[in-house]
Amino acid sequence: MNDNLREQLLLLPEYFQGHLVLTLVALAIGIAISIPLGIWASQSQMVKRPLLTTVSIIQTFPSVAILALVVALLGGQIGLVPAIIALVLYCMLPIVRNTVTGLETVSDDVVEAARGIGMSSRQILVKVRLPLALPIIIAGIRTAAVWTVGLATLSTLVGATSFGNYIFTGLQTRNLVSVTVGSLAAAILAVTLDSIIGGLQWLSENQNGKEAVLKFKKAWVLVITVILVGVSFSVYSLLNKPAADFIVGGKGFTEQYIIAGLLTAELEEAGFKIDQRLGLGTEVIYQATANGMVDIYLEYSGTVWANRMNETSNPGRQTVLTKVGDFVQENDGMYNVGPLGFQNLYALAMRKDRAAELGIETIDDMIPIANTLVAAGDLEFFGRPEWITLRDTYNIDFAEKLTFDTALMYTAVDRGQVDIITAYTSDGRIDAYNLKIIADPRNSLLPYDGMLIASASAAKNPLFLEIVGGLVNRISDETMREANRIVDVNGGSITDAVNYLRGMIR
Amino acid sequence: MIELRNVQKSFDNDSTFAVVDSSFSVERGELLGLIGESGCGKTTTLKMINRLEEPSHGSIYIDNQNVLERNPEELRRNIGYVFQGIGLFPHYSIRENVAAVPTLLDWNAEHIEARCREILDLVGLPIDDFGDRRPSQLSGGQQQRVGVARALAAEPDVVLMDEPFGALDPITRVELQEEFKRIQRELALTVIMVTHDMIEALLMADRIAVMKKGEILQIGTPRELINSPAHEYVKEIVEMPKRRADNLEKLMHP
Repeated sequence: MNDNLREQLLLLPEYFQGHLVLTLVALAIGIAISIPLGIWASQSQMVKRPLLTTVSIIQTFPSVAILALVVALLGGQIGLVPAIIALVLYCMLPIVRNTVTGLETVSDDVVEAARGIGMSSRQILVKVRLPLALPIIIAGIRTAAVWTVGLATLSTLVGATSFGNYIFTGLQTRNLVSVTVGSLAAAILAVTLDSIIGGLQWLSENQNGKEAVLKFKKAWVLVITVILVGVSFSVYSLLNKPAADFIVGGKGFTEQYIIAGLLTAELEEAGFKIDQRLGLGTEVIYQATANGMVDIYLEYSGTVWANRMNETSNPGRQTVLTKVGDFVQENDGMYNVGPLGFQNLYALAMRKDRAAELGIETIDDMIPIANTLVAAGDLEFFGRPEWITLRDTYNIDFAEKLTFDTALMYTAVDRGQVDIITAYTSDGRIDAYNLKIIADPRNSLLPYDGMLIASASAAKNPLFLEIVGGLVNRISDETMREANRIVDVNGGSITDAVNYLRGMIR
Repeated sequence: MIELRNVQKSFDNDSTFAVVDSSFSVERGELLGLIGESGCGKTTTLKMINRLEEPSHGSIYIDNQNVLERNPEELRRNIGYVFQGIGLFPHYSIRENVAAVPTLLDWNAEHIEARCREILDLVGLPIDDFGDRRPSQLSGGQQQRVGVARALAAEPDVVLMDEPFGALDPITRVELQEEFKRIQRELALTVIMVTHDMIEALLMADRIAVMKKGEILQIGTPRELINSPAHEYVKEIVEMPKRRADNLEKLMHP
């Protein structure tokens, strides 16, 4: 077995547990809420329409947006709670709808007979209508279960562990083994849950003869027991997990995974117990650190300057760094540990041969032909104020501005599908794809110093501060780019890159 | 035993009446046939007796007790009901279907089992052969036998039947009619049976009430109805079976 695969499989128990708990807890809560709502809706037209419309509308929201909204509504809380709330909201539609449909399809003759022999409304519901609607309700739960398994992978983005950790880390670090393991694991879990529930559905539809009834009841009891035991065990072990001293956070790209790995290694060496929350969004991680749900992470001065302070000017690298440091301390009560020493700037980049062909060295050279070029940005760039600044400073615009996932953006420029990309200066892929960074002589692009930001509570621990403070100004641009290269280009693991960095720091 | 006094039913706040001012009584052990075209109000009349419908005006007494003063569920548990659509519970076994009312009345398990055995024997479906089957595994005739057994399981004095044999094939129907008549005599049941089949009414009922457009035109024994119909419509519907019998006679002895 190759090392990469073995490293991925070592993570399987933790990710599986996280994924299973997310799925089953969300599904259990979803069922507990949706079936009563469905019953209520089936009894009142006044309730039915608005309810079905509401759950349908929730369903049309992009799932990532739901996650982000839940995090925002909870005031920046990350982890299991927002992930489960989002999954519950998402799995309600098929259960509510099938409960309503199932109850409505019970024959009027049978309901009339139940009334006629003297059953109360409650008895009619419990003894007649619900049992007869059961196969349809179970079909709804089955659909919901498969959706939930799939969507739970996105929980990684709000800091809840799932198979999504494999997928997002793998995508960002170009580790296809990791992506494959994650996707397969999620698929197998989905198929397994689907067949367990499908078996129950089959039994509930074929309750003929005494033996089948007994088998049905036995199977029902067995499955429920297994699920309950599984969930309670998982929840118990999650709750009982020795509490970490500190939580290291990270956004979702290679450099962030490496620095998070470095922080974890350094802090663990000092005897601290560390948990990681990786792959978080820019907004989510800032809020989470302000709330103390993340204790330390790598931020970039320009990001805070533009996104949170809404500044568009470029007063120079040092001024931005100082002002951002003051801002996070004074405005959001966090602790500014300091810069690591390298920058991760946005920069326009082209393939070297293409740049030579067009005679482009600086952005100034681009001005006359910009309107014939196709540019690709990451998910954020063209929406950021610095694009406006760049555009206005040089008075240029491109023929097309496309938005890509970072990994795909590099592939696109390499294949000549686009002319220019908005690369990151510390990115190892610049060398790997033989790209040329186009100089910015008018300094329109903001400085992006890598800086460590810590939570207020973590900053009270002197040993913690000593260790993380020891990293300040220790990583040069070249060192960081090489570390990124190890992962992105050479196909090494995050651990390899972390070991390289630690070697350089010593 | 059962008495209706000036009972009226309107579904539209007294603009039109499905049942117009009906008064009649049924004696203990008597089988009253309630006959008329569909939509004449006979099923509505029947349903008001166990409060599946509430009368708009008038009152109904069973054993001199006003049914409107009784808890509707408790009332229904003490009245047998045989449904037009049979209405067995498809997810219950035959035994569970028959045990439904005794279970609602909280009989103990042994008592229920003994009663199921007894009543299923009475309708010719021995519990050892049929008890564990599902309604879908039975023929239409067998299903309605279970329907009758379910209605009789809790030993009611009063049984209401809504076109109980309407959905059955002619041979099964005659068989069940005769059997039910035997059971009704044996147990001295007080029965009101809604039907649109005059032959069924003439052969089974002690007395027949003829309804049209919500009104009871005449109540009497089969003989009275045949010999002295009080209304043109009554004459018409009692003569129909007679005419058919004459035609059959002609076929056999030309």
